[in-house]
Amino acid sequence: MSSVLSKSQWPSIASISTDVQNGKSKALDLVELAYKTLENSNEFNSVISTTKKRAIGIAMDIDSRVKKGQKIGKPAGVPFIAKDNFLTFGGETTAASNILKGFNAPYQATAIERLEAEGAICVAKANLDAFGHGASTENSDFYTTKNPHDQKRVPGGSSGGSAAAVILDIVPFALGTDTGGSIRLPASFCGAVGYKPTYGLVSRSGVIAMASSTDTIGPLTRNIADAALILDIISGKDELDGTTIEKDKLGYTNLPTDIKGKKIGIVAEFMGKGVDPGVRSRIEDTLKELKNAGAELVEVSIPSISLALACYYIICPAEVSSNLSRYDGQRYGHTSNMSGNIEDSYNWSRSEGFGSEAKRRILIGTYVLSSGYYDAYYKKAQTLRTKLIKEFNEIFNKVDFLAGPVSPVTAFKIGQNIKDPLQMWLVDILTVAPSLTGSPAVSVPAGYSNGMPVGIQLIAPTGKDRDLLALASVTEKVI
Amino acid sequence: MAKITKEDVLRLARLSRLHLTDEEVSKYQVEIEAMLGYVEQLKSVDLGDLEPTSQVTGLKNVMRQDTEKSYGASPEQLLKNSTSIVEGQIKVRRMLQ
Repeated sequence: MSSVLSKSQWPSIASISTDVQNGKSKALDLVELAYKTLENSNEFNSVISTTKKRAIGIAMDIDSRVKKGQKIGKPAGVPFIAKDNFLTFGGETTAASNILKGFNAPYQATAIERLEAEGAICVAKANLDAFGHGASTENSDFYTTKNPHDQKRVPGGSSGGSAAAVILDIVPFALGTDTGGSIRLPASFCGAVGYKPTYGLVSRSGVIAMASSTDTIGPLTRNIADAALILDIISGKDELDGTTIEKDKLGYTNLPTDIKGKKIGIVAEFMGKGVDPGVRSRIEDTLKELKNAGAELVEVSIPSISLALACYYIICPAEVSSNLSRYDGQRYGHTSNMSGNIEDSYNWSRSEGFGSEAKRRILIGTYVLSSGYYDAYYKKAQTLRTKLIKEFNEIFNKVDFLAGPVSPVTAFKIGQNIKDPLQMWLVDILTVAPSLTGSPAVSVPAGYSNGMPVGIQLIAPTGKDRDLLALASVTEKVI
Repeated sequence: MAKITKEDVLRLARLSRLHLTDEEVSKYQVEIEAMLGYVEQLKSVDLGDLEPTSQVTGLKNVMRQDTEKSYGASPEQLLKNSTSIVEGQIKVRRMLQ
C-alpha cells in the first residue's frame, strides 16, 4: 500500500500553475480530477463537504483569463482542501461540530482570501476533531477519517482529513491548523509534510478559534517546496489579526540547499523511553543522513519539556472555554427546541450542540480559571511557559535546530484511545512544546515502521521559518 | 490531589452554561479528577520569580485605522444563520420574567 500512496498524480504546485498559465492544462480539468479522486476514495471520510459550484466557477474564470492572455497567480488553478474550521464561501463551515451544522460564513479566512487571490481553488472542507480538540478525528461529531495506509487506523488529528486528503492524492495541498500538534501529528501518521509556522506568521482571521495564544495555520503537502510556496502566499501581516508578524524579507521559496556546519540538537526528552523502537530507529537513521550531509549533531536537554504537556492542558482548555462561550445558539448555530427561558435556551443549545470532548475542555477550562484555582493552575502554567521559552532560547544560543520524533508511536487503531481521554491527550506529548514557545516546527516523512509512516520533527527558533524549511528540504532529499 | 465532587461538576456546568445529564455528571466527575491529577505535576515545580507569559509575539498596542470595512454580506444573508427570524430581527426567549 505504502508504495502506491508514495506516488502522486500531481506534479509540483509550481509546475501545475505554469501549465495552466501556458494553456497546457485547464483549471477546470484539475478541479474535476480532484473531485473524481475524492469520489474514488470516499470510504476514507477525509472530507465533510464540497464547494463544487463555486470551485467550478472559479476554475472557468481562471481558464478564460488565461485565454485572454492575462497573468495568473503562483498556484493558479491548483485545487486544495481546507480544514473545516476555516471560514469559506461556497458551502457550510462546521468545525466538525453539530453546534455549527448549517452555518454559512459571511466572510472568508485571510489565508483562503490570499490563496484565492493567487488563483488556488478550494474544492472541499476536510474533516477534523470538532473544533480541533483531538489527535485522531474520532472527536469529529460526524465521522472518523481513516488512515490512507490502513483503514483500521486513525489519520492523526486534529487536521486528519487534511493529511489524509493529501496522501489519498485528492489535492496537491491542504490547509490545517496546529494548536498543540494538529498539523504535525496527522502529517506524521499519514506520511505527509506538515508545517506549523512561527506563531503569528499566518493570520488567524476567519479561522475558528481554539486556543488563541497557540493557534497557528499551515499547509500539508507531499513535499517541502510545495509547503514553502503555500506558506509564502498565506504568511505576513494582516490588520484583521493583531498578532500577525512580517514575513521573512527573502520569502520562503528558493531555499538554500547547504546545511554544512548547522548544529542540530537531538532533544534527549524526545528520545526517552516510551518511543517505539521502530520510530526511534527511523529518526536515528534520518539524523545520520543529515550528519552525512554536513550537519553537526549535538545531544541536548530541555528539562521543562517533560512538563509541557501538563502546562498545555491547562492553558488550552482555559482558552477553549473562553473561545467556545460565544456559541449560545441564538444568532447562529444550533438552537435547542427545549422549553424555558433564555438561560435554558443557552444551556440546552450548548449541551445538544457540543460533543463530549468540547464539554470536557469547557468544564476543565472553567475550573482552572475559576477563583480559588486560577493561581494554582492557570497562572502556574503561564509561568512554566516562561520557563520553557527561556530554556528554548538558551538552547538556541548553542544549536540552530532541534530534532526528534513527532510522535512516540505510529498511527494507532481506531477506538484504541477513545475511551480514555487522558490517553488521547498524551498523544500530543512531543508536539506541544513548540506550540507553547511559538517556535516553527515541521513534520517530514522519515520512512515507515511496520508499514506505517514515521515523521521526524524539526524545530527552529521563532522567526527562522526560512532556515527550517531549508533544513526540511535537505531532510526529505536524504531520506 | 484535587477531589472533584458531583456538586463541583454541577457548579462548573452552571458557570459554563451547560446542561448535563446524570450520566454525564458521573462521567466528567471521574475524568476531570484524572485530568487535574495529571496537570497537578506542575504544582511542585519551583518557578522562582518568573513572570507569567500570556502571548509570545512581544507585540504591544497593535493599532489599525478605525474605518468601516464591508465584507459584502447582506443583512438577509447574515440572518439566514439564525433559526428564529421575525420581521428581519432575531427573536430570542424572554430575558426578564
